[in-house]
This record gives sequence, structure tokens and C-alpha cells, in this order.
Amino acid sequence: MEWVIVAEALTKKFEDLVAVDKVSFRIRQGECFGFLGPNGAGKTTAIRMVQCVSPVTSGKLEVLGLDVSSRQREIKSQIGVCPQEDNLDPDFTAWHNLLVYARYFGIGREDAEKRATELLEFMQLTEKKDVAIPKLSGGMKRRLVIARALMNDPKLLILDEPTTGLDPQARHLIWDKIRELRKGGVTVMITTHYMDEAQQLCDRLVIMEKGKILVEGSPRELISMNVGAGVVEILNPEDGVIDLLRDRSLTFERAGDRTYIYTDDNRQVRELILREMPASNVFIRDATLEDVFLKLTGRGLKD
Amino acid sequence: MSLLSQVSRRSWAVWQRNKDVFFFTWKTNFLPPFLEPILYLLVLGFGFGALVTQLPPPYDQISYQQFLAPGLIAISVMYGAFFECTYGSFVRMHYQKTFEAIVATPLTIEDVITGEILWGATKSLINASIVTLVVALFGLASFPGILIIPLIAFLGGLAFACIAMMFTALVPNIDSFNYPFFLFITPMFLVGGTFVPLEQFPAWVRDLALVLPLTQVSIIVRDLCLGWWMWEDLIGIVYLLVLTAITFYAAVWMMRRRLVS
Repeated sequence: MEWVIVAEALTKKFEDLVAVDKVSFRIRQGECFGFLGPNGAGKTTAIRMVQCVSPVTSGKLEVLGLDVSSRQREIKSQIGVCPQEDNLDPDFTAWHNLLVYARYFGIGREDAEKRATELLEFMQLTEKKDVAIPKLSGGMKRRLVIARALMNDPKLLILDEPTTGLDPQARHLIWDKIRELRKGGVTVMITTHYMDEAQQLCDRLVIMEKGKILVEGSPRELISMNVGAGVVEILNPEDGVIDLLRDRSLTFERAGDRTYIYTDDNRQVRELILREMPASNVFIRDATLEDVFLKLTGRGLKD
Repeated sequence: MSLLSQVSRRSWAVWQRNKDVFFFTWKTNFLPPFLEPILYLLVLGFGFGALVTQLPPPYDQISYQQFLAPGLIAISVMYGAFFECTYGSFVRMHYQKTFEAIVATPLTIEDVITGEILWGATKSLINASIVTLVVALFGLASFPGILIIPLIAFLGGLAFACIAMMFTALVPNIDSFNYPFFLFITPMFLVGGTFVPLEQFPAWVRDLALVLPLTQVSIIVRDLCLGWWMWEDLIGIVYLLVLTAITFYAAVWMMRRRLVS
């Protein structure tokens, strides 16, 4: 089977809000597919429909070749979910969290113990085996949630903001583990607010806003299509600079004390500016996914 | 009836989860149901009971302690399931996000609610069995009736668990449980054939009390303790079965409406 998820005109309406609005996307087997977007864009709602806990309002949604409205148990038995908010069972230790979770999948005691031992090792939590959940750090909880999501050996792993609030060490460990899992053939669906995370992990991604997909592509494609290869930043630009940019019909954006110029040749643009206005404070850098994101979704706060 | 088709044997895993937590902390769980009836028996049974010279028929041949003891068993049936499926279930649903974690697995929300209700009824069975043991040690219950009490406790527990789950589906926050406890559980605790024979009440209170599940549990358990088992007790059992069926369906439907969006 080539497509792990097929969504066509997928829509989710709540009483007074269209959270996901006729969205179409396909996720290939073995790829890491990202959902980016400001808060309230519809990423988590889309994920909840894929994991069969939120009913689809209209449109088509197939996961692992099965329809989400009629084959929920079969789909859920083959996917692993790492939710945005930790929902580990605080009444148990790390070890029992994994065993109790395995029971929900109907995994036998012996297999569950073997798998739990492997996964604690894999997520570097073996010494924390007998620690109660409230005593684990944020990073440890996150790793345990991922270990738990892997108990049923899923074909599709759904990660909703897997590294939010973690320190750099924990983030890098989680990234390494996600890459390792992908080598084993697991398909990954991920949401994140961190553009470096998306750039690091995703083969393809979509940027969503207000329930719609704005763009879809690989990180590299999205950058070159939407902003070009480089960015020039000018700190506190004089009025003359803006006129100059307009004259040369360069694409630019003003935000706070900065002006951002999106161009394939940022060195040449910097030289141009410095030639005309030698006193300007100009930096150049490579364009990132963050530039794409901010350009498409705007710089204003979303909530 | 598609709601009920979503209930499967997997709900057993939810029951097992709650059972595991219960037995991890068994010391704090077993002591109260053991000590509480002793206090009630000593203070109310032997203290207050000494002031009671004569009970109305059909209890005119037994002591007040003999009358009270089955009432204490019935009360433990009510509280066991009702506490578990109000405060206990609400904490798991709302604060611990346990339900959310479970529905990400092959279990449906209907499985989760069914497992919670089965566990609530099991709490009634456990608590009532402990109280029955205490009562028997005081010589206030007789064989073979007391062997059937755990079954009645489970059945009554199911009814109370389902009713509790309906409130859990409704309350906006955990403090709101004060209302069902104040308006429903406490009056039932007092008039449900527990401390005072129904025959003492005005006719309208008696008729009202007979509709309450606790009253039916009290009557059946008392007949079992005293060896007065008769066919009228079957009416009580049928009543509890019907009440359970209706409130189970309502509880699952209401919970689904609360949790699935």
C-alpha cells in the first residue's frame, strides 16, 4: 500500500466554527509528513480525525486503506499516538504505564513485558522504570509517551508537538529516535511550532491557517517557491531604503524595527543597499522555513 | 441501538486498570469499609438501639441492631459505586485525561464507560462484602442468605454506578457533585429503609422511598440477613435490572455526547 493516509475535501465543523475546511492531502508510506500552522489552524483537529476520536463532518478520510468512520478499532490498533498534552496514567509507574497500555491493545503479558523493556531502553528510560509519573521531568514524560505510543508496534506514528517545552538535549534525542523509527519503515505524521524541527524531520509538510492548507511541499521547495534562497534584514531602515527597495521591485516586508527582503541573491542586495545608504545596518542569512511561515501566515499574534 | 454495538469485551481492560490501582493502594482502600460499620453498629446499633424498645411489624420480633445491620450493607453498596463513578471517574476523565489516553487505543468511549461502571459495581461488591463480614462477626446475619449478598451488591452497584455516571456526564466541575449528593444520595441514605423502618413514615414518603434503588437494596439484603427470603424480593431484583438497563444506556449516551466532538 503506497498511501498511508488519503484525505479528500476533509471537513470538520463545530457548532460555530469550521476547524478543518475541505482539506486534501496524502501521506506516503515511510515518509515524515508535517503539519505547521499558528494556534487554531486546525492541525490538532485534523490529527484527531485521523486517530478516529473525532468524527469527520464531511469528505473522505482513509487511514491505512481503511475508512475512519467504520473501521475505527482496526485503524486504532495499528497507529501510535503521542498527544499534545501528556496523558500518562499518574496512578502508575513508568513500567506499569506501558503494561497497562499494552492491555488495551490485547497484547499478552509476556509480549508486553518484553516490548516495554525494549522501549524503555530505546527511549533511555531504563533507570526510571519504577518511578511514579509525577516524579518524572517534562522530557522524561515526553519520551515515555513516545515509548507508550510504540507499544503496539504501529505502522503510523502520530506526534502532536512532540518536543514543545523540552530542553535541547531532550529535543535532539527525540529527533534521533524519530529518524531511527523511520529507518524501520514507520510513517510519521507530526505537528510542530518549531520550524527547525520541521526542517530537520519532514520530507514534506503543509502549512495550515484557519482550517485551510496554504502550501504543500518539501521544506526546500517551500523555501525556494515562497521566499527564495536568502534573506536580507535591515535594522531601523531609513525611509530612503524603502523607496530604493520599491524602485528595484524587491519583495520585502516590514515588521517592528526590521525590514526583511526575500531574494535569491542576498549578497548583491546587501551591496546595493550599502552603496546607496552606507550607514544602514544590514545582515544577510539563508532563508528558512520560519520565513515562509511568517510570510504566509503573517506576523500578528493568532490568539 | 448502535451505541451498544460499540461496547466490547475490551472494556474489561478498563476494569483491570482500576482494579490494579485499587490493589496498589489496598491498605487505604480496605480499612474504611471495615471500620465504618463497626462505628455505626456500636454507636447507632448498641447505643441508640438500646433506646428502641419495640419496632413496628414485621420487625417486632427482632432487635434494632438486627434491623440496622442490613441497612449498613445497603449503604455501602450505594456509596461504593456512587463515589467511584462520580469523583473517581471525573478525576480520571477530567484531571488525569485517562479516558483520552484509552480512546487512542482500540477501545471506544463506550468501552471506557462500561469498564468504569463495571468497576464501580465491583467497588460496591468489595465494600458490601467487608461490611457483611463485620455484620456476621457481630452475629447479625445468617447463612445461607449472606452468601447471596455480594451478588445483590454487584447488581445494586451497577444501578448506582450508572446513575453516578449520568451525573458525571452532566457536571461542569467537580464541586457540582455536591448537588446529587445533597439532593439525592443523602435523603436516600436517611429514608431508604436503612435506619428507620418504612412503616414509620407517612404513606407518601413510604411510596416515594419504594421507588429509590437504595430502598430496594435494603429490603432484599435485610431479607437475606434475616432468612426472610420471599418471592417479593424478586420484584426488587427485576426493578434493579430494569433501572440498570435504562440508566446504563442513558449514561453511555450522555458521556458520548460530552466527550466526542
